[in-house]
Amino acid sequence: MSELKYSKEHEWIKLDGDIATIGITKHATEMLGDIVFAELPEKGSNVEKDGTAGVVESTKAASDVYTPVSGEVVDTNQAIVDDPSKINQDPENSAWFFKLKIKNPLEMDTLMSKDDYDKFAKETST
Amino acid sequence: MKIKKTSLHRLHQDCNAKFVEFAGYQMPIQYSEGIVEEHKFTRNHSGIFDVSHMGQLFIYGGEDLIKDLEKIFPLDLKNLKLNHSKYSFLMNKDAGIQDDLIITKINEGFLIILNAACKDNDFKILKEFLKEKYKMVLDENRSLIAIQGPKSSQILNDAFDGVKDLNFMSGNWFLFEKQRVYITRSGYTGEDGFEISIANVFVDKLTRELINKGSKLIGLGARDTLRLEAGLCLYGHDLDKDKTPIEANLKWAISKERISKGDFIGSDIIIKQLNDGVSKIRVGIKPEGRIIAREKTKIFNQSDVHIGEITSGTFGPSVNGPVAMGYVENEFSKKNTKVFLEVRGKKHPANICSLPFYKKSYVKEVN
Repeated sequence: MSELKYSKEHEWIKLDGDIATIGITKHATEMLGDIVFAELPEKGSNVEKDGTAGVVESTKAASDVYTPVSGEVVDTNQAIVDDPSKINQDPENSAWFFKLKIKNPLEMDTLMSKDDYDKFAKETST
Repeated sequence: MKIKKTSLHRLHQDCNAKFVEFAGYQMPIQYSEGIVEEHKFTRNHSGIFDVSHMGQLFIYGGEDLIKDLEKIFPLDLKNLKLNHSKYSFLMNKDAGIQDDLIITKINEGFLIILNAACKDNDFKILKEFLKEKYKMVLDENRSLIAIQGPKSSQILNDAFDGVKDLNFMSGNWFLFEKQRVYITRSGYTGEDGFEISIANVFVDKLTRELINKGSKLIGLGARDTLRLEAGLCLYGHDLDKDKTPIEANLKWAISKERISKGDFIGSDIIIKQLNDGVSKIRVGIKPEGRIIAREKTKIFNQSDVHIGEITSGTFGPSVNGPVAMGYVENEFSKKNTKVFLEVRGKKHPANICSLPFYKKSYVKEVN
């Protein structure tokens, strides 16, 4: 089990063997406000690094969710579709979005550590 | 252009507001609790809205003014009682809506509340029409706050004894710190509530007092979800120059007495549309799933023909689901007509429904 890694598009990723769990960061949920809708990729579909892999909507606007790595979608979290407010409550844990069987482990190297992401988030939000 | 701030700016900051620019003003979109909580707090308790960006136009005059204003607005103003209000619109010659507004008969003339983005243009139009006959003041020295929700009547009555006896769409002058404050029982949330016109220098003190009594500041974000659940139009979205009051399904706001005689701006088109019907009309739209169809979403019929467009759409926290309004071709405007909304390339089922999405009774007759 690895540490969480982070993308510039405000997703987090946790790698366990060749299965990556992906969600959006706490910082992202704070910027979005109350999340009221979530759309996830289809199980069995293939997603490409930095491509769209879902949508979240707050009362104000819709935002795309990107995947930080490429792979095949092996699982999605129906609980956040049924109750999107869970994403605001526990974004970096139980409110994960989807799981990928990753294609290229080297893609993980392009992502940020928690410290680097926190710095990045602070700089970009001011 | 310099961005303006309202007299409550400091208080908004103290309450951790997130700001957006709206009609040239820096306005609070939400506070720390967020739109959903603010929305629910207003429905269940009492919320205060800073709407000081809206125009407060005082026009002073007597019988002549009433006659002149009747040439502009489709209202029976000579029978409008002192301190009573009506919802209306400023139309162009083609009956296109240039603004929607609330007009109140006051002792010395009328008070008209105008949308922030339209107020300067409205003033110009009205000034041209009324010439120099009447004193007209678009008062920048007064703030406007709304207090809305079931607890508001008691909270406001603690500050202004007697406001709870006001009827819906009527008002009166009250005193705060020996200053004249004009309060009407009205609002734009679907809740019982009041709007308070008060001198800029006193609005901070009054608002803090109302917060101490249990009300809370609510941002423009929740104001939008509240008004949409209540089926109320937002100018620039659900209403604009390309839409008439008949198309907007607001014919209830046009005085029957005035329709028979016409003679107001846009009356020819209004009368024609009342007789012949309209080709498009505003309706409520309820998506079947959780998908949110926002402004400019295309609407299709069951045969995949494009029949209209969404003008407002969001998630309704009290409805606990998506809600929308839009314009469709008249033949598809019946309640329960199935339509499809194109969101991110996919068509999602929805139904035409009656408005409002959320209903609560206003206080109509206290006395």
